[in-house]
Amino acid sequence: MRAAVLLKDVPDLVEDLELEESGQALAVDVLSYVPSEWDDQALEEALLLKEDGGGTGPVEVHAIAIDTGDIDAMLFSALAKGADSATKLTGDFDRGLTSRQRARILATYLEGQAFDLVLTGVQAVDDLDGQIAGLLAGYLHWPHASVVRDVAVEDGQVRFVQEYAGGVMGEFRADGPVVLGIQAARKPPRYVPIARIRQIQRTSSLSEVSMERPEDAGHLAVRRLYRPESSSHAAMWDGDVDAVAAAIRALLAEKQLGN
Amino acid sequence: MGPIVTVLEHQGGELTQASRELLAKARELSDALAAPVTAVAFGPEAAACLAHCGAADGVAVTGGFDTYVPTVWEASLRAVVDELKPGLVLCANTTLGMDLGASLAAQADLAMIAYVCGLDVNEGKLQAVCQVYAGKLMAEVDVPTTGAVLTVLPGSWPAGSESQAETPVRPLSAAAAPGLEPTRLITPEAGDVDITRADILVSVGRGIEDPDNLELAEALAAALGGVVSCSRPVVDAGWLPRTRQVGKSGQTVKPKLYLALGISGAPEHLQGMKDSELIVAINSDPGAPIFDVAHYGATVDILELMPALTEQLEGGG
Repeated sequence: MRAAVLLKDVPDLVEDLELEESGQALAVDVLSYVPSEWDDQALEEALLLKEDGGGTGPVEVHAIAIDTGDIDAMLFSALAKGADSATKLTGDFDRGLTSRQRARILATYLEGQAFDLVLTGVQAVDDLDGQIAGLLAGYLHWPHASVVRDVAVEDGQVRFVQEYAGGVMGEFRADGPVVLGIQAARKPPRYVPIARIRQIQRTSSLSEVSMERPEDAGHLAVRRLYRPESSSHAAMWDGDVDAVAAAIRALLAEKQLGN
Repeated sequence: MGPIVTVLEHQGGELTQASRELLAKARELSDALAAPVTAVAFGPEAAACLAHCGAADGVAVTGGFDTYVPTVWEASLRAVVDELKPGLVLCANTTLGMDLGASLAAQADLAMIAYVCGLDVNEGKLQAVCQVYAGKLMAEVDVPTTGAVLTVLPGSWPAGSESQAETPVRPLSAAAAPGLEPTRLITPEAGDVDITRADILVSVGRGIEDPDNLELAEALAAALGGVVSCSRPVVDAGWLPRTRQVGKSGQTVKPKLYLALGISGAPEHLQGMKDSELIVAINSDPGAPIFDVAHYGATVDILELMPALTEQLEGGG
């Protein structure tokens, strides 16, 4: 079984998100980027599948990312964690690529690759124009499901669980190629030491495939990006831990809450 | 503009709160945009749920499934969209909305706008406001006049009430769509506490750092007469069962006190607790979104605060 894992990086939300002067886009050149946390979960789930085995044969894990700049480390990290290959889709791409364009590039590439399973993050912090799993499946006309966990391969078929509200879940079996938007892996994403990544960089290489830049179908005109103007904000307690504990205790007494 | 297709979800024969919110906005936009509202629901109870939904008409998709099957719903909704050529398709940003929205947009060549929390007509143009970058930024977007699928965050505006008028509902047989076979529906295990019934929740997030620290939260909850709940990362780490999870894929809670400890306040979590009567949040990041919904807050270390507060509550000191 051949599993593709789609990876991308996103602005690091730990840092301030600077905007361009127009206020319509992020100042992408000054931001730091980190792998999308849900894609990390997808990669981990794929690696766990590989370790589980596929019943009727091994599960191969192939990491794929679109080259929007500085993504080599992310792909080498996937190799260091255990991916069988890492492919960089190159072309006239930049960080302004929309989700729709990404999905179109990935669909064009995946169409000829005979993958049985495509895993990616259920969402990303910047997918304003749609989540990759759904867009990609729409272009490929493949079945797909979002908010997925607990993927397994049994007798050559993919099984997975989809989450709904209230803790309810549905279990499904896929009859053919399927795209899954992973919410969470069965285990926390594995850590790989930087020394191991450097070693992989010396001994392995990334495959590169040149792709065309698609038109921005479904283009969204963003009038402005802005920081939320909260209509309310918590009244903040200053002071040390004991002072805050006393303030909470006084509040609970006032509201007649607690034992 | 073509009709406003509103995709509705129901539970136990009742439209969900998120669906009633979608309907309220669809009806409001219908007047402003002179576009009729067509409501679509799935399953054996669909027709009954649509009967007084206030839409101009309804489509009840039935047959071929007992539970939600993404491929079947998607193909059936695609048939409705191909027939009606809507100006807008509204879905809630639930599992169903995330399944159907982007895929439908790609297949039907419609624009897709996700995480919508505002939707209004300004100077004759329909504009959406969306929560992006984990709620750290808002994006104001022109909704294309050529048609768009919007997934709307639950709780973005008030729900509407049931209409007195009867909505004409036509049946539609579910489309055949192979690819996914449902094998079972898994309901939460009984036996654990029901956090939706608790008056006081001590809710922990990533800031708890280590499963051993849950003892501190348990002791505090006991001192308060409450129970421990959590945000998603704590469940994903396997530190607490899913029955304790608050948020989009967990429980929606409205306790008298929600004490959020080490929870940053991702939109998916806020969705499940923002209507709590009293919210007290402790997080080391003063810019954490949780403080935008909390009534009181502080930035002290939760691992120090929990035992200190427990001691004060128990000892009266």
